[in-house]
Formats: sequence, structure tokens, C-alpha cells
Amino acid sequence: MNKIATRRRRLPAAWRTPLALTGAVVAAAWIVIAVLGPLVWPHDPLAQDLPRLAAPGAGYPLGTDALGRDVLSRVLAGAQVTIPLALLLVGLSLLVGGLLGAVAGLFGRWADEAVMRFTDLVMAFPTTILAMVVAASLGASLLNAVLAALIVSWPSYARVIRGLVLGVRTAEFVLADRLLGFSTARILRSDVLPVVAGPMLVLASLDVGTATLLLSGLSFLGLGARPPTAEWGSMVAQAVVNFDSWWLGVFPGLAILTVVMAFNFLGDALRDALDPRTAGTIGEGGAL
Amino acid sequence: MARYVARRIAIALLLVVGVTLVTFVLTNLVPGDAATANLGEQAANDPAIVAAYKAHYGLDQPLPAQYVTYLGNLLTGDLGESQLTKRPVATDLAAAVPATMEIAIGAIVLSVLIGVGLGTLAAVRRGRVIDQLLRIVSLVGISLPTFWVALVAFYVFYYQLDIAPGSGRLSPTADAPPGITGLYTLDALLTGNWATWLDACAHLMLPTLVLTAYCVGLLTRFTRSAVLEVLDADHVRAARAKGLPERVVLTRYVLRAALVPILTVTGLAFGSLLSGTVLVESVFAWPGLGAYAYEAASHLDLPGVMGVGLVVGIVYLVVNLVVDLLYGVIDPRVRVS
Repeated sequence: MNKIATRRRRLPAAWRTPLALTGAVVAAAWIVIAVLGPLVWPHDPLAQDLPRLAAPGAGYPLGTDALGRDVLSRVLAGAQVTIPLALLLVGLSLLVGGLLGAVAGLFGRWADEAVMRFTDLVMAFPTTILAMVVAASLGASLLNAVLAALIVSWPSYARVIRGLVLGVRTAEFVLADRLLGFSTARILRSDVLPVVAGPMLVLASLDVGTATLLLSGLSFLGLGARPPTAEWGSMVAQAVVNFDSWWLGVFPGLAILTVVMAFNFLGDALRDALDPRTAGTIGEGGAL
Repeated sequence: MARYVARRIAIALLLVVGVTLVTFVLTNLVPGDAATANLGEQAANDPAIVAAYKAHYGLDQPLPAQYVTYLGNLLTGDLGESQLTKRPVATDLAAAVPATMEIAIGAIVLSVLIGVGLGTLAAVRRGRVIDQLLRIVSLVGISLPTFWVALVAFYVFYYQLDIAPGSGRLSPTADAPPGITGLYTLDALLTGNWATWLDACAHLMLPTLVLTAYCVGLLTRFTRSAVLEVLDADHVRAARAKGLPERVVLTRYVLRAALVPILTVTGLAFGSLLSGTVLVESVFAWPGLGAYAYEAASHLDLPGVMGVGLVVGIVYLVVNLVVDLLYGVIDPRVRVS
């Protein structure tokens, strides 16, 4: 083979770590499963045509549930429910928190006070309990669960982004652009956004895991997915009723764990890649 | 210092009022109706019963008036009557809060002990196998769905191995200790009831460990980075150059300097732990704050929900206050400013 032609593009050091790779592979696998959907399901996840509560065995490797549905198919189908909703939640939190944080950081004074005190207020309330109250009063549905989760998850974004915007606002290169007479919109786009984008990305990728946990937790409590939706949290809840059939709870739980883990691994590597202080430790000894 | 403390307490009180306002607005904004949620179907269709129900709970008053009444009663320690249990919310909370505190305090103490230890170890052995191993362990730890871990632990240790007791705070055969503090372990100890003490401890085990598993990862990660920050600091190098043994350098110079960020995270972790109890309590049938919050929320029991919000808000603010005050103890520079 022609060796000269294979010019390799190398990923940044933090991305070449085994943890980041594992995270990337697992996350990619789940996303592929979610995209392919019915193509990878051995059965119809809603069809109740198998023996009830059958232990894992031939024909249904992860067993069947109390209604005679294939657990493997339901776990795979669950990816289509949880992953898009977790991403939606993170996107919405980023939007709401980002806007409020940017307003607080840019305009300062009373706008800053108002936004930040409101942020404190929401953060003083325990996330799961607040989300539970909202979800319970809106009525159980997956979209309401996302809405409830949004109410508790935007403040951390608002805080970080406010801090970043505050830091950039007084920087010399922003002052220079101001003196050149650039519009606020242009300064926001070409000066502020590049600085804010990196940390926002880290926060968002770390938060996909948290979002997944929060949403599946709400569904576990019966405040999210409605039957017969194949959602992981509500599947684990079924195991509480059928205690003998361990496979009902174990596999959907493992699905949640692997998705959250994958995004946490990725987020961790991303943070190292973007933070020069921790990145330094990778260079000298390879903290993975 | 006194002025600083007074200012902090004033802000905390304002935030508590804010928490009640947020809960009040949220629970009233949403479309659900407490009368239909709590009355039977037949009663809910009878306008006279619904009107009487609303009059009893003051729900026929305009919203601002309801809120002002609530705040007024709050000053006298009256949190209203639960629409679900028909008992005063204060009485319900007095039973639920100690149950939750018993697992939450155990979990936070264990998490800090293990997390700070492991985090320091990882930082000192930065880049070595043990550091990488701990990184994986702590990342997996923060990825665990607590409700699932609780369920698996219950299945394995109670149902299969039969080495853990069943759900609840005590076995049906054990006598509940007299309510002195509401913490069963402490009350049993105070009255010298060893059988109940052992039983209460055994029941505490699994829920506490499940919550700990969730918290330890967070504390390990933060301790590691906090210790890394100070490991190469000048005062640490000076201590080493002086020939102090490594153990003394680590505890008196490194950990002491890293304590402020660790303390901050511990405060935050305690808050998220209280949130986490909702899911854990529902698996272990633990009659705590989380279980009460769940029942109150799903029945749109406004006084119940507001009571829970109030308690958790206060706990959160007290923890933050204590953390802030401890800064002054740990770091003399904070005292000056």
C-alpha cells in the first residue's frame, strides 16, 4: 500500500483516551439503535403475543414482561424515546438558561440582580421534587416531564453563561471592537459566542446524562411515559410489581446506565480537552 | 462577622419566602384541580360538596388572599392542613423529616469520608493506574440511576441472599422507640432499647448505601481536582523542602487548602441527595420526606407540597449558610473580607 498517502488526522489528546473512545462508541451505538428503530427490533415492542413473564431464553434473550412483550425489543425501542427527549431537554435548557444568563451578564445591574436571584430561588428547590410537582400537576406525559425537567435544569446554564459573558464583556478585544463601532449583535456573534461556546458544549454534554436520569426517574415514579410506551424508567417500575422477574428491571436499568455513562465519559474528556489546566496533566502523565 | 452572619440569615429568610411563592404560583398555575383530585368521582360532581371542600381549605378565596393567609399562618408555625392525610402538615413533616435525615446524614458522612479519601489518593497518584481506575469508578458512580440501584440492591440482598431486612424503617415485630428526636437509631440508643436499635440500623443500611454510591463519585472527582490545584503550590513545596513527612504535608498543608472547594461541593451534594431520596424512598417504602412529597404532589395537595418545599428550602439554605460560615473557620482570609 502507499504509505505516504495515508496522512492521518489525529484527534486532540483528550479524545484519544480509552474512556472517551468507549463513551463515543457506546453513545454512537445507542444513537444508531434509536435511528434504525424497527430495523433492529427482533419483535414488535408493543405486541403482546409471547408467553408472559418468561425468563431470558431462546427466542427472547432478555425475557418477556407481564403482558407477553419482548423485553429486548422494548429496551431497544426505549432508545427512541429517551435519547431524543434528553437531547431536547438539554437543548431547551441551553436556550433558556443561555438567553437569561447572557441578558444578566450583558446588561448587568438590575437585570443581572433579577435574573440571578430568580436562579438562586429555583436552585434552592430540590430538582426532583420540583420537577415532580410540576409533572404531577401538568398530568403524566413525556412532554410534560420534559417541561417539568426544563424548569429545574436551566439555572445552572444561566449561571455559567452569565459568568462567561461577564468575563468577556470587559475584555480588551471586546473594547477594541466597541471602539471600532461594531454593533452589539456583531460583538455577540464574533467575540462573545466563541468564548462561551466551548464551556457550553461541555456543560451540555455532561448534562445529557443528568437529563436522562431525571426523565427516566420521573417516568419511574409514573409522572412521565404512559403505558404502553417502551420507556426505560417506567419499565424498571414494572419490576417493582413483578419482583420475581428480575429481567424486567435489570435490562432497562442497564440501558439507562450505559447511555448516561457514555455521555459522562464524553463530557469528562471534553472538559479535559478544553480546560488547559487539567489538559496539562494529561500531557505529562496521561490521566487516561 | 456578626454583621455578615445577620446579612446571610436575612437573605436566607427572603429566599424561603421566595420558595413558598414559587411553589404557590406553580401549583396554582397548572390545570389540575385539588378538589377533583381528592374527592371521589361522585363527590366531585356534586357542586355543593365541591363548594364546601373549597371553603374548608380556603380555596374559594382569591389567590393573593390565599397566599397572604398562608404566610400569616406560617408565622405562627401553622403550615395548614394536608388535603390528603387530613392532618396538620407540620405533624406530617415532623414524622417524615427525621426519617429522611437519618438516611441523608448517614449517606453524606460516608460519602465525604470515602470520597475525600479516594479523591486525594487519585490526585497524589495522578496518571497512575489507581487514578484511572478511580476515574472510571467515580464516573460510573455518577451515572447510576438511583432508583434502579435501589431496586437491584433490594432484590439481591433482601430477596435472594436474605441478609438485608425488608422495606420500611423497622421490622413489623420491632417496637417503635418513643419519639424524642424522631431518629429511630438515636431514640433507641437513648432509651437503651438494643433490639430496636439493631433493627433500625439494619433497615438503614441499604438506602444509605444506595444514596452513598450516588454521592461518592461526585465527591471523589471534586476532591481530586481540588487537591491537584494545591499539590504544586508554593506552601506545599516549602513544607516538603522543610522535610516534613508526606502524611503531614498531605493532611495539614494540601487537604487543608483544598477544603474550601470540597466543602462547597459537599453542601451541593447534600442538596441533590435530598432530591435523590424521593426515588430511593419509593423503592424501600421509607416513610420520609421524598415519599411524602410524592404523595402530596400526585394528589395536588398544595399545603403538603408547600410544606415539603419549605423544609427542603430551609435545609438547603441552612447547609449553605453553615458552609459559608465554615469558610471563615478554615480560611482566615475570608474572615477579614
